[in-house]
Amino acid sequence: MSANDPHRAGLFPHRHLLGIEGLQPHEILGLLDRADQAVEVSRQVEKIRPVLRGRTQINLFFEASTRTQSSFEIAGKRLGADVMNMQVAASSVKKGETLIDTAATLNAMHPDILVVRHHAAGAVHLLARKVDCSVINAGDGQHEHPTQALLDALTIRRHKGKIARLTVAICGDILHSRVARSNIILLNALGARVRVVAPSTLLPSGIDRMGVEVFRDMNEGLKGADIVMMLRLQRERMNGAFIPSVREYYRFYGLDAEKLAYAKDDALVMHPGPMNRGVEIDPAVADGPQSLIREQVEMGVAVRMAVLEALAAHLPNH
Amino acid sequence: MAADTPKPLVLTNARVIDPARGIDAPGAVIIADGTILAAGPEALNQGTPYGAEVRDCDGAVVAPGLIDMCVSVGEPGHEHRETFASASQAAAAGGVTTIVTLPETDPVIDDPALVDFILRRARDTAIVNVRPMAALTKGLAGQDMTEIGLLKEAGAVAFTNGHKSVRNAQIMRRILTYAKDFGALVVHHTEDPDLAGGSMNAGLNASWKGLSGVPREAEIIMLERDLRLVAMSKGRYHANLVSTSDGADVVRVGKDRGLDVTAGVSINHLTQNENDIGPYRTFFKMSPPLRSEEDRMAMVAAVADGSIDVICSNHDPQDVETKRHPWADAEDGAIGLETLLAAALRLYHAGDIELLPLLRAMTLNPANRLGLEAGRLTAGAPADVIVFDVDRPWVLEKKAIRSRSKNSPFEDARFSGRVLTTIVAGRKVYDYA
Repeated sequence: MSANDPHRAGLFPHRHLLGIEGLQPHEILGLLDRADQAVEVSRQVEKIRPVLRGRTQINLFFEASTRTQSSFEIAGKRLGADVMNMQVAASSVKKGETLIDTAATLNAMHPDILVVRHHAAGAVHLLARKVDCSVINAGDGQHEHPTQALLDALTIRRHKGKIARLTVAICGDILHSRVARSNIILLNALGARVRVVAPSTLLPSGIDRMGVEVFRDMNEGLKGADIVMMLRLQRERMNGAFIPSVREYYRFYGLDAEKLAYAKDDALVMHPGPMNRGVEIDPAVADGPQSLIREQVEMGVAVRMAVLEALAAHLPNH
Repeated sequence: MAADTPKPLVLTNARVIDPARGIDAPGAVIIADGTILAAGPEALNQGTPYGAEVRDCDGAVVAPGLIDMCVSVGEPGHEHRETFASASQAAAAGGVTTIVTLPETDPVIDDPALVDFILRRARDTAIVNVRPMAALTKGLAGQDMTEIGLLKEAGAVAFTNGHKSVRNAQIMRRILTYAKDFGALVVHHTEDPDLAGGSMNAGLNASWKGLSGVPREAEIIMLERDLRLVAMSKGRYHANLVSTSDGADVVRVGKDRGLDVTAGVSINHLTQNENDIGPYRTFFKMSPPLRSEEDRMAMVAAVADGSIDVICSNHDPQDVETKRHPWADAEDGAIGLETLLAAALRLYHAGDIELLPLLRAMTLNPANRLGLEAGRLTAGAPADVIVFDVDRPWVLEKKAIRSRSKNSPFEDARFSGRVLTTIVAGRKVYDYA
């Protein structure tokens, strides 16, 4: 497989990856196939495949994220790119003022790929319109986090051999979750049955028309599920604003062995991290035999290599 | 203004529309000394004043100039966004002969001296009429009422809290009660500030975009509250920017109960819906937010049946510094003076509203509500008149926009219907070349 293979390039005809929305099922599957190969490469001693040699990748993070940023950094380096990390502290950003300025400044340095995380939905789209290089959305507000959904799909497919017709229960703070939105779109595109499980205050308006089955009772929602995907609950939402308390949330929506027993015996547990043990998930489940949480991190690097490689096929060669 | 008076003017071979008398007929309009001498079929046989310019309108519509009841200018305080000079140029090109300004300036128009400032600035720099609304509460803070009597004396035509609702019901009740003694009109934005925390219409669309929504109920609840307070206080009330079908229903009920209530809608909410936002295009971010297509259609129907009285532009110039941000961080607001008539004519061409009632909502109705003599072609009324071709096609090009700010949701839009001539107090202020 070569990044410059025209057949391959045709499978992913996009200059940016701004979201799962707009991707065709075969394009998603193409990325997952690439990622499978990247997993093999990453497990070798010699991990470098220099398809991005000479290219400059900038990770522009307006929101701190050790996990996603290092994952993109390693992915870029394994493909031979020069990777630079830019942290823009949220406190120093006056209402997105520097977003356009930063875009213009960076653009003048001729990067080939920009990986962007921003706290506002749509910020990555705005930036993509202002720069000449490829842009990857590493999470924009509560909108999308496409590489997370891709790595989740890769993880599932490697264990279950397929995505179609699996029952996936996404549980927790759906309202504020970009991971949930990207996953709902991707899993539906690949034919999975998607459920969401959450208290009504943590469900977005119109959720019943988003292609999911909605459950407020977690035991009901987990019944017969193949995959249980937990979401992180942000601290500021725990004490009265959306739910009354952590202990009440944990009692009704925290994943413990008892609730997990309602899912299929071979059900797998996932979490995008970082986890709040004892809030949305019992440590025993998080670290138990059904958990894929650590493997998700490995798949994250592979998927990001696949995305970088797919976009590299569209980079100008001179 | 210079002492030279314009030559008398006779507009012949015209389709004369005068909402005040329900006229839509071939005829002429005779103008002298800044006022209308005669208009309609009866003006055909009245001869021509001495020295008059005679203009053959070739069948084009002659109607009262539009009165735009909700305009932000930017002066004082934000002259880089818009001045009276630039706003009035845009207005004249759009067929608007009277702009009614919001007090959301810096400083806020909450003092009689500031009303006077606006009237003087407008007299010296504007080519259309400017009628200021004053603040309903000091600093628009929603706490202390302004000097309604003195402000009215200074020339304020109505009182409003701009794009912010008065949160406290007791304060709103007292203001309505006090304003009634002066016959002052209270123009209110109806969005419950606690419910309206989001940045676009609540619902599926916002959910997919990852944006927090402004539920329709934010408007409905505030409007229902207000009409209860109007019933208590017997005050004069105008809901400035209604955007939902239920909001229109609340207004209907209020009118049926005999309350002194009217309501307006922005042209944006009659011609656009939330789907126009597309990929987070901030020129479509406004308050209230663009709603669903169902609500848009309901608002059009409400204008057609007279439940909603006034169509305004909600002209709100914003520059690059306030608009080129991620959606949630960008300011609300869109310009609209220059496109008010052309956009409204879309409703006529779509067969949704007849020309006469459509024009009534932008001329006679706001004039009557604000106590202005303009907005009609009756003899003796100010000669604020427009000539427009109902069908003439044109495209709004960004570089041709006259406003200082270019934040138009109609950029590159195709329109049918073009203002040919705008006349203010008998003087031509705009001619389409």
